[in-house]
Amino acid sequence: MALLEVRDLHTAFTTPAGTVNAVNGVSFFLERGKVLGIVGESGSGKSVTAYSIMQILEKNGQIVGGSVKVDGQELVGAGEKVMKTVRGNKISIIFQDPMTSLNPTYTIGHQLVEAILLHTNRNRKQAWDRAVEMLQLVNVNEPLKRMKQYPFELSGGMRQRVMIAMALACEPDILIADEPTTALDVTIQAQILELMQSLQKELGMAIIMITHDLGVVAQMCDEVIVMYAGSICEQGTADEIFYNPKHEYTKGLMRSIPTVDNDDTPLEPIAGTPIDLLNMPAGCPFAPRCDKAMKICLRERAERMEINECHAAACWMNVKEKAEASQEGGEA
Amino acid sequence: MENREILVEAKNLKEYFNVNTGMFRSKQLKAVDDVSFAIRKGETLGLVGESGCGKTTVGRTLLHLYKPTGGEVWFKGKKIETKADIAEYRKKSTMVFQDPYSSLNPRMTVSDIIGEPLDIHKMYADKQERKEKILDLMNRVGLNSEHANRYAHEFSGGQRQRIGIARALATSPDFVVCDEPVSALDVSIQAQVINMFDELQDQMNLTYLFIAHDLLVVRHISDRIAVMYLGKMVELADAKEIYDHPLHPYSKSLMSAVPVPDPKIARANQRIVLSGDIPSPLNAPSGCPFRTRCPYATDICAETMPEFKEEAPGHFVACHNVERIN
Repeated sequence: MALLEVRDLHTAFTTPAGTVNAVNGVSFFLERGKVLGIVGESGSGKSVTAYSIMQILEKNGQIVGGSVKVDGQELVGAGEKVMKTVRGNKISIIFQDPMTSLNPTYTIGHQLVEAILLHTNRNRKQAWDRAVEMLQLVNVNEPLKRMKQYPFELSGGMRQRVMIAMALACEPDILIADEPTTALDVTIQAQILELMQSLQKELGMAIIMITHDLGVVAQMCDEVIVMYAGSICEQGTADEIFYNPKHEYTKGLMRSIPTVDNDDTPLEPIAGTPIDLLNMPAGCPFAPRCDKAMKICLRERAERMEINECHAAACWMNVKEKAEASQEGGEA
Repeated sequence: MENREILVEAKNLKEYFNVNTGMFRSKQLKAVDDVSFAIRKGETLGLVGESGCGKTTVGRTLLHLYKPTGGEVWFKGKKIETKADIAEYRKKSTMVFQDPYSSLNPRMTVSDIIGEPLDIHKMYADKQERKEKILDLMNRVGLNSEHANRYAHEFSGGQRQRIGIARALATSPDFVVCDEPVSALDVSIQAQVINMFDELQDQMNLTYLFIAHDLLVVRHISDRIAVMYLGKMVELADAKEIYDHPLHPYSKSLMSAVPVPDPKIARANQRIVLSGDIPSPLNAPSGCPFRTRCPYATDICAETMPEFKEEAPGHFVACHNVERIN
């Protein structure tokens, strides 16, 4: 049994302009001790997927179908009481902007102690010691001094370390990191990513890394999910996704980023603009921007198809290629 | 490239801000401190560094959007001094801003946004000419000319950035400062805009100062790259050279910290992870600003700022210990 099992998850938001289906049938498993990357552009549903797992959606958002199981325990429809025991203890989350996710009016120590008291049976003194210990774990220098400081007194990198310390204080099995380094500078990003990697090895937790930066994914992740317009287009091991992409969107994404050795040739951008989630087409959501789109792509969504045991994609091109291959095989 | 004439030059450029630190106290923040460089005609100079290092201030001071505290800006072999110089210089040098949301007036139509520089510099004879110029600019940046009467909020981020670029190109400038023009855009849209910058440069013979923190993007678009740290320029060299053989210890760690979108390279990559944070520019260290985080710092680093000198042909670096490190 996988640690986290997400099956056919659907999340919708009710807006004045209509219903937005932000997540459409997302399914994946996460094993203990693995790092899973979810990549996609803004509006692709990667954050909403994470918020749905944690059930911390905005008021107008709702899980409308599917199942989320942690250690075999069903979370969808389980109620707030159950979720309170899951959040922090089993799954923790860190957000992109460490300034807005810390309360500016309380000290770092107060906020850490509060989180620890809420989730464990420690008394205040023990919680304080635990908080100092956590700050040491995430390499915050002078932890005793930091405990008494306010968020504005710390740098961005330091604040993100505090967030990680808070998230890990109750030793969760899963850490969801929602663009944890996007707001940070390159050298600070390197520090945080290295910290997350070493903590992951030390504590043996699983990480879901949500990012738009393929470089971060390549560095951190064992497995990768590529999302577009609320659906998974492709999932597989990092090597499979980077070296053998099988969905036209993933291929386009790989071609459109500057790499170390393509500085003389122009980039190959994906034409058009991301889809409007209020007006989703019947077929593949990427079809309007896809230069290989066929008639069927506009009419019908492709089913998820296994490429090999550690790689799957939902693209009609694969069905076509498979059909051609079997035809050739039949003729020979 | 070496033989081309110099278009824009900064000589010992300084920009200090007064920051209030208490009711009656203020401190001087040296955002740009004694920076010198030259940009040749048709070239793209990339400017990289972390937030707060002064790269945006360099761009703005270079355009005289801030009055330099010290030093000189030279354009086409002429020093920019008088008000008339500045007015003429502003026509020939423009800027593309980072945030395509806040840099466009929500109460103006696209055609008025793009036409504003034309109005200011009175660059048309009649209304018809103004309209033609605007439509031509819209076509150049890949905007549908039927959308001329729409407002900025009706466009996506990528399209808004195109509007900003069209506005920057309205006066047919020679020099464009691009301040993080693609950072706010999604990956797939980023590539469209980067390619457009390349194409426009060829078509209109533009010279760019390209400010960004994404090193792979900068490397892709730039001919040469300058690295800044706490208001100082620490290294300047050919784009490939600085990426493959950085000399300054800060550049070394910066280049090694770039997340490479290739799992095998990324896993094998030996990153030089710096300890600590950037010091506040209000309390910049004495001597070399990088010495507090530098693994090679010696006594002399605390005493004097190293000279920005040519270590190899076309490769400038400011480090006391450059021979010892490399």
